[in-house]
Amino acid sequence: MSAPNDASAQPRTFAFTPENAKKAEAAVAAYPKGRQASAVLALLDLAQRQNGGWLPRAAMDAVAGILDMPPMRVYEVATFYNMYNLKPVGRHHIQVCTNVSCWLRGSDDVLAACRNALGIDLGETSADGGFTLSETECLGACVNAPVMMIGGDYYEDLDVGTATAILAELKKGGTPRPGPQSDRRACEPAGGLTTLTGWSDGRGDKPGAS
Amino acid sequence: MPTLTIDGREVEVEPGLTVLQACEQAGIEIPRFCYHERLSIAGNCRMCLVEMERAPKPVASCAMPVADGMVIHTNTPGVQKARRGVMEFLLINHPLDCPICDQGGECDLQDQAMAYGFDRSRYRESKRAVEDKDLGPLIKTFMTRCIHCTRCIRFATEIAGVPELGATGRGEDMEVGTYVEKALTSELSGNMIDLCPVGALTSAPYAFAARSWELTKIESVDVMDAVGSNIRVDSRGAEVMRVLPRLNEDVNEEWISDKTRFACDGLKRQRLDRPYVRRDGRLEAATWAEAFSAIGQHLKGVRGKRIAAIAGDLADCESMMALKDLMAKLRSPNTDCRQDGAKLDGACRAGYLFNTTIAGIEQADACLLVGTDVRREASIINARLRKRHLAGGYPVGVVGPQVDLTYDYQHLGDGPEALEQIAAGEHAFAKVLGRAERPMLIVGMGALARADGAQVLATARTIAEDCGMVQDTGGWNGFNVLHTAAARVGGLDLGFLPGDGGLDTGAILDAASAGAVEVVYLLGADEIDMDSLGKAFVIYQGHHGDAGAERADVILPGAAYTEKNATYVNTEGRVQQGRRAVYPPGEAREDWTIIRALSEVLGRKLPVDTRDDVRARMAEVNPNFAAGPDTVETAPWGAFGTDGPMDPAPFRTPVANFYMTDPISRASVTMAACADALAGAQGERTGTDG
Repeated sequence: MSAPNDASAQPRTFAFTPENAKKAEAAVAAYPKGRQASAVLALLDLAQRQNGGWLPRAAMDAVAGILDMPPMRVYEVATFYNMYNLKPVGRHHIQVCTNVSCWLRGSDDVLAACRNALGIDLGETSADGGFTLSETECLGACVNAPVMMIGGDYYEDLDVGTATAILAELKKGGTPRPGPQSDRRACEPAGGLTTLTGWSDGRGDKPGAS
Repeated sequence: MPTLTIDGREVEVEPGLTVLQACEQAGIEIPRFCYHERLSIAGNCRMCLVEMERAPKPVASCAMPVADGMVIHTNTPGVQKARRGVMEFLLINHPLDCPICDQGGECDLQDQAMAYGFDRSRYRESKRAVEDKDLGPLIKTFMTRCIHCTRCIRFATEIAGVPELGATGRGEDMEVGTYVEKALTSELSGNMIDLCPVGALTSAPYAFAARSWELTKIESVDVMDAVGSNIRVDSRGAEVMRVLPRLNEDVNEEWISDKTRFACDGLKRQRLDRPYVRRDGRLEAATWAEAFSAIGQHLKGVRGKRIAAIAGDLADCESMMALKDLMAKLRSPNTDCRQDGAKLDGACRAGYLFNTTIAGIEQADACLLVGTDVRREASIINARLRKRHLAGGYPVGVVGPQVDLTYDYQHLGDGPEALEQIAAGEHAFAKVLGRAERPMLIVGMGALARADGAQVLATARTIAEDCGMVQDTGGWNGFNVLHTAAARVGGLDLGFLPGDGGLDTGAILDAASAGAVEVVYLLGADEIDMDSLGKAFVIYQGHHGDAGAERADVILPGAAYTEKNATYVNTEGRVQQGRRAVYPPGEAREDWTIIRALSEVLGRKLPVDTRDDVRARMAEVNPNFAAGPDTVETAPWGAFGTDGPMDPAPFRTPVANFYMTDPISRASVTMAACADALAGAQGERTGTDG
């Protein structure tokens, strides 16, 4: 993998804000002396958050400088992990899971709905800078497949309708409700509880119903 | 000592070895791609799988430490099947383009596919393609062929000390490269070509030039620096196609510098292939007889004191011996092999040798570098210093230019002032050296090739003696002179130095411009100020049309280092013999024979008729030459240098441009391209680089 060619988007310099610098210091302090490189993931995440959701090369170089690592070692880490974005992303980063479970449960349709709703393809950012669409590997919420992640929130049990509705809400500037878009709670069985529906001695209330 | 059973044989090996190493010791070859004995263990190619009893799955032998009672099988059907599986996976994305691949014929993957590959592919999907990387003018990349063994990454990080290569992306998207497009800033980068087990990294200058089985391979010695790296010269017909390293644990291990490897295209350019004589101000092609008679006419009636000879950096010992004897017969005391003006004399051998020896560096526990940029002057020695530094407990202090040596050091000062403080024991680093059990110092030509060189040398000797670098017990000698010229130690050993009342290089040049020296014989000496030769009649014997040939009145075409059987002495004092790989071009001749022929024309015939005669004469002058090739005689300690005040000017390295230091590398197109790329890379460097 080579560095993204789009030089225009790359800022020339990067520095942590005083507040983030303090957080970075704390992250480094969590590891024994001489092992400061272990904090690279935390610092890259911090840098990405500070920089509007993506990591420019200058930020990686700055992290390398802080941690006394060769820049190449930082590039290796940043390119390895999917959650570091090496190109600018929109305000809303839509990551649709297309791994096996989600795919079996219709992620192709969800993805198509997103493409239609946003008018962009995978890896692209909408012209107004509002949305970036990408596919991601397993988000670890297979029980609620298909799933997409927007920013830090999971939207689960999606179908074409709910996915379109969520994006429409975002476009309006609203905040759609995260979690399952079906009527179930969290990761309970889709068709309602089939076990543990009550006390064996017939005491009445279902557990957790209060 | 753990004892393990390998293929039914009990083997006792040292603890800490891996199963693969134990198998090697038992004489069983294990296929491998990522494992390399000089690099850290990666364990990612999986080709070295073996079966271990009581283990549920085959184990990667390169990463499995030996333990007592292990039972290993390397030749069971299970092992075969596992390795065939690994090979099949490796070949999924590897193009089957051996006929157009430069690695063909010397490819690990090709060889091992013969043993473990299927005869057809079961893979029907599309293969992945990877964009090629630009790693500079030396390494040609074909990254689709890469099997991700990471040897190049580990070499760059560990041996070369330039952590610029890495693996980006993951899984199927993993790629080896620099991420940011740039040329590698290492003087050892060419070794990655040798390390690459496939055709992903190949030699750019040698691209599509020859096949390995067409080449004649001659084992020889390098002359691009004073390390005397052991090399193999591959030639086809009259052409040197490439230079590869040859294993010598005591000198270059298995690495060579990029100049050693890639300057060989300079052997084909600007060659002197016939004698020339200057007539009416213009050099005209001539016959040997004409050239010799022109010399004879000019030497007629000239007194010995008005004749001088300077030997250059690439001169071999045989020719220096012959020239020295010829000058003696001409009664000239004006001979010098130190064309850079280094203030070294031949009186005490320990005073101009790298006494610790290159391998000895690994026993040292503190080091002081004086006026030397080891990385550019002797990259291979720098790699050894880095290796020692990585092992830990090796403080390095530097007096001289502050450059990136690829390892941490303490910069003590720029010039003699700091050196004086250390000699007086006032400097903190003097205590570091004093505390060390086997301290060493390396003094370079940047400190010795100046007017006060003899004083610097004496100060360095004082430091060596005061800090316990010269020890009677155990024979440790930590005093080292790092030469930059392959010919220098040989010349000093042979006494190619001013005789009684003779002039040294500087004085010869002064006398020549003043008219006191009428004839100057340059034996491949190109790095002197040609303008200072004044009206002197200049005889240039050498192989390239460089500065010396341009100034010459008579040119005698000699042989380059790949074209003669010649003796060289490296900076350690190691006597080594280079061997002829190809014949000199045109009418050029082996250098000592030219001098022998000239001596007869001059009526002062040298009593040597064969190369063995010359070598016998060398052994007579200095018994070190009698010991035979590849030997280092330890030199007894003695007095050298001159006490006195030093000039406070800072030390400067003599190697301003690593890629162009001698007539061969200056004629090389590859080296010119490197010099350009390097200038760009250095522009980006900042003061924090070391």
